[in-house]
Amino acid sequence: MKLTLKIWRQKDANDKGQMVDYNINDVSPDMSFLEMLDVLNEQIINEGGEPVAFDHDCREGICGMCSLFINGEAHGPDRGITTCQLHMRKFKDGDTIYIEPFRAKAFPVIKDLVVDRSAFDRIQHQGGFISVNTSGNTQDANSLPISKHAADEAMDAATCIGCGACVATCKNSSAMLFVGAKVSQYALLPQGQVEAADRVRNMVAQMDAEGFGNCTNTGACEVECPKGISLDNIARMNREFFKANI
Amino acid sequence: MAVLDSKVPKGPIAEKWTSYKNHIDLVNPANKRNIDVIVVGTGLAGGSAAATLAELGYNVKAFAYQDSPRRAHSIAAQGGINAAKNYQGDGDSTYRLFYDTVKGGDYRAREANVYRLAEVSANIIDQCVAQGVPFARDYGGLLDNRSFGGVLVSRTFYAKGQTGQQLLLGAYSAMNRQIGRGKIKMYNRHEMMDVVLVDGKARGIITRNLVTGEIERHSAHAVVIASGGYGNVFFLSTNAMGSNVSASWKIHKKGAFFANPCYTQIHPTCIPVSGDHQSKLTLMSESLRNDGRIWVPAKLEDAKAIREGKKKPTDLSEAERDYYLERRYPAFGNLVPRDVASRAAKERCDAGFGVNATGEAVYLDFADAIKRYGREQALIHGDHNPTAEKIDKLGKEVVKAKYGNLFQMYDKIVDENPYETPMMIYPAVHYTMGGTWVDYNLMTTIPGCYCIGEANFSDHGANRLGASALMQGLADGYFVLPYTIGDYLSKDIRTGKIPTDLPEFEEAEKSVKDQINFFVNNNGTKSVDHFHKRLGKIMWDKVGMARNAKGLTEAMAEIKALREEFWKEVKVPGAADTYNEELAKAGRVADFLELGELFAKDALVREESCGGHFREESAETEGPQEGEAKRDDVNFAFVSAWEYKGEPADAVLHKEQLEFNDIELKTRSYK
Repeated sequence: MKLTLKIWRQKDANDKGQMVDYNINDVSPDMSFLEMLDVLNEQIINEGGEPVAFDHDCREGICGMCSLFINGEAHGPDRGITTCQLHMRKFKDGDTIYIEPFRAKAFPVIKDLVVDRSAFDRIQHQGGFISVNTSGNTQDANSLPISKHAADEAMDAATCIGCGACVATCKNSSAMLFVGAKVSQYALLPQGQVEAADRVRNMVAQMDAEGFGNCTNTGACEVECPKGISLDNIARMNREFFKANI
Repeated sequence: MAVLDSKVPKGPIAEKWTSYKNHIDLVNPANKRNIDVIVVGTGLAGGSAAATLAELGYNVKAFAYQDSPRRAHSIAAQGGINAAKNYQGDGDSTYRLFYDTVKGGDYRAREANVYRLAEVSANIIDQCVAQGVPFARDYGGLLDNRSFGGVLVSRTFYAKGQTGQQLLLGAYSAMNRQIGRGKIKMYNRHEMMDVVLVDGKARGIITRNLVTGEIERHSAHAVVIASGGYGNVFFLSTNAMGSNVSASWKIHKKGAFFANPCYTQIHPTCIPVSGDHQSKLTLMSESLRNDGRIWVPAKLEDAKAIREGKKKPTDLSEAERDYYLERRYPAFGNLVPRDVASRAAKERCDAGFGVNATGEAVYLDFADAIKRYGREQALIHGDHNPTAEKIDKLGKEVVKAKYGNLFQMYDKIVDENPYETPMMIYPAVHYTMGGTWVDYNLMTTIPGCYCIGEANFSDHGANRLGASALMQGLADGYFVLPYTIGDYLSKDIRTGKIPTDLPEFEEAEKSVKDQINFFVNNNGTKSVDHFHKRLGKIMWDKVGMARNAKGLTEAMAEIKALREEFWKEVKVPGAADTYNEELAKAGRVADFLELGELFAKDALVREESCGGHFREESAETEGPQEGEAKRDDVNFAFVSAWEYKGEPADAVLHKEQLEFNDIELKTRSYK
């Protein structure tokens, strides 16, 4: 396949940035999207240019490092996957593809397509944990039965990979799907009850302080989430938040 | 010359750890506040160690090259974590887990370390549940288990196919609690460039801020390396793109011995290579072998027809299939250990039975499992005479619940539906059992420099069993290192803060800057990846699943030549003081180019087959084990620990003789 790529290039956080056109030939449909960018970068290096910076690591859809807004969609046109799992067979010969960073006030650009998502970490520092030390003296794991239903639902919330697609997709740049998923995981489990009220209050306060917007129930985040995190988690967080404040 | 002292405590194996803990020196809580510890890497080992050390009261500085500790590659572990809980009542025990791990490692691990690992395994599960890790449960609300290769009990705990993710997020949450209260200072997007020794002790590191390019000095009373394995020396592996050997290699160059580099695990169930553009390989969890049956066509003409697209796997009847693992290893069948399964796949493909266009793939088939589960579900739903369609539908639902994310991953990569047609799989480089040599305290041959998790060599011998990596990472970080490091740090309570303006820091920083300046100013013509791919090809062809003296000798010469070419011809675009991924990669590949040669040398010296290390010259030639790997306990029951002497070829071998007092050395049979 031959493709035209329009890629966001930005030297650093202070640079204004612009879209730059690239042509690439010999793209195989079996390549992943990031492998296509590897080939482009090899081409750019051989021509004496500076390669396009983009975040990536595990390349199997679990570390949450890769991002990219591809043709206006977080992680590209396919559903239920991250950019590293997107394959070129989803595109056609002659296509023009727009590649931009995840954009949000709370995710400043570091370089080209790389953004700073440390706001997510700072929210987690405020309550994304259960306060138990690793003494090795906790009770036996099976002394606390947890219904399969609750465990499965907690697991569904816990599968969030923290990539930030929800924020990039949301017209308000809201992080409520991300925060809701973490709050829900603990809210659904008995171990999380003790600190439930403090947790949700503190995490929400940090989320607001980071400059994320609020949820207006559009649901775009749920559609674009590579792990299918449900909007129910936002509702559950809201309920936890109200409960904590009455 | 340093002498290898494993420092294994005296006494019966079951009492060593307890008695050791009772006799080590402790640091009082007030003094812990005056002691700094650096942890490099935030995967299961590093993350759990950082959190626990901070809970104990030490000041921890943690470093990760990723943008968040949560992204360390432990996150990608799928199948599960072993623990000798015996929840299934199938006869499991600490001894059995110990035995299976030593046997699975082909009797090349240190008994005392493995026993301790088995001993603390049960605690890990308790701890993780307390942290809110959502392990899979049965309908009664209790924890569920599955089986993994090389064992006859069900002791693997799991969270869907994302166990590594959930355990890492558990360790990350424990870290977050300590970061929030200022006990851990987290340095994301930082790479360790060198270790700093003061008076022979590890007292700090030099780092590069990957965003600004700034070179920084960090001091501490001890340095913990938890930077994972070195599988990326093969270029193509299941490791993350950024996984590297550099932290381990830097300490090696400053005096830490590197042990058993040739022990590398080639995992049998990965998605086959599709072309030259390939940047990494994707693992399909070993848990799939609980239900999937591995086969190739029994007849060469059928294999050929399939490769040419003239036949489909589903066209072949049962009689036309060769379930070669079930045929060769009736006792363990599809659940033989990884090294055995990998070699068996290679044997069939080399003989011409491979099933994809490249001839390097075998089938992993779920049709039987779907039928079996479907019938069972029909009965549970009260249908004693279900139609074939209903069985199929119900069976697929069960398989989806168990392995849904893996099936989806396969579908996206290969563009085939594994519910309808068998998966194609082939072995790929996955895990490295070798690594920095450590004693019972997990300390390297540099005083004050520790090494934990995959980065060390200690627990898996020559082959790691499934679901044991997560166990080891967390055991080291949560339950072992926090004790053993205290014994060392108890001598440092009067030392005071280590200043970073010492000449040792100055010197280390200068050599780091010199290398960086060389890279960005070198007038080369070839990219870093160009060299990395060529190195990977040498490694895979000559130091891969089957090795011989001729190939290994050639590999050493070729890697040396490639390294020389790299230092002349490498091209690194961009500047030193900016975000520059090519520059980061150049430093990592430079280290791989040295490690690769030592790896081949280690494989050459070890003239036996054991675990993941298969020497073609050392195979059984007769009897029921014909064709299987042949171990040589008389001459090779030792750990190879290499001392750096400049060129990798000049490295000096030190041997730690392995003693087996609690397990009898036997031929490993899975027949």
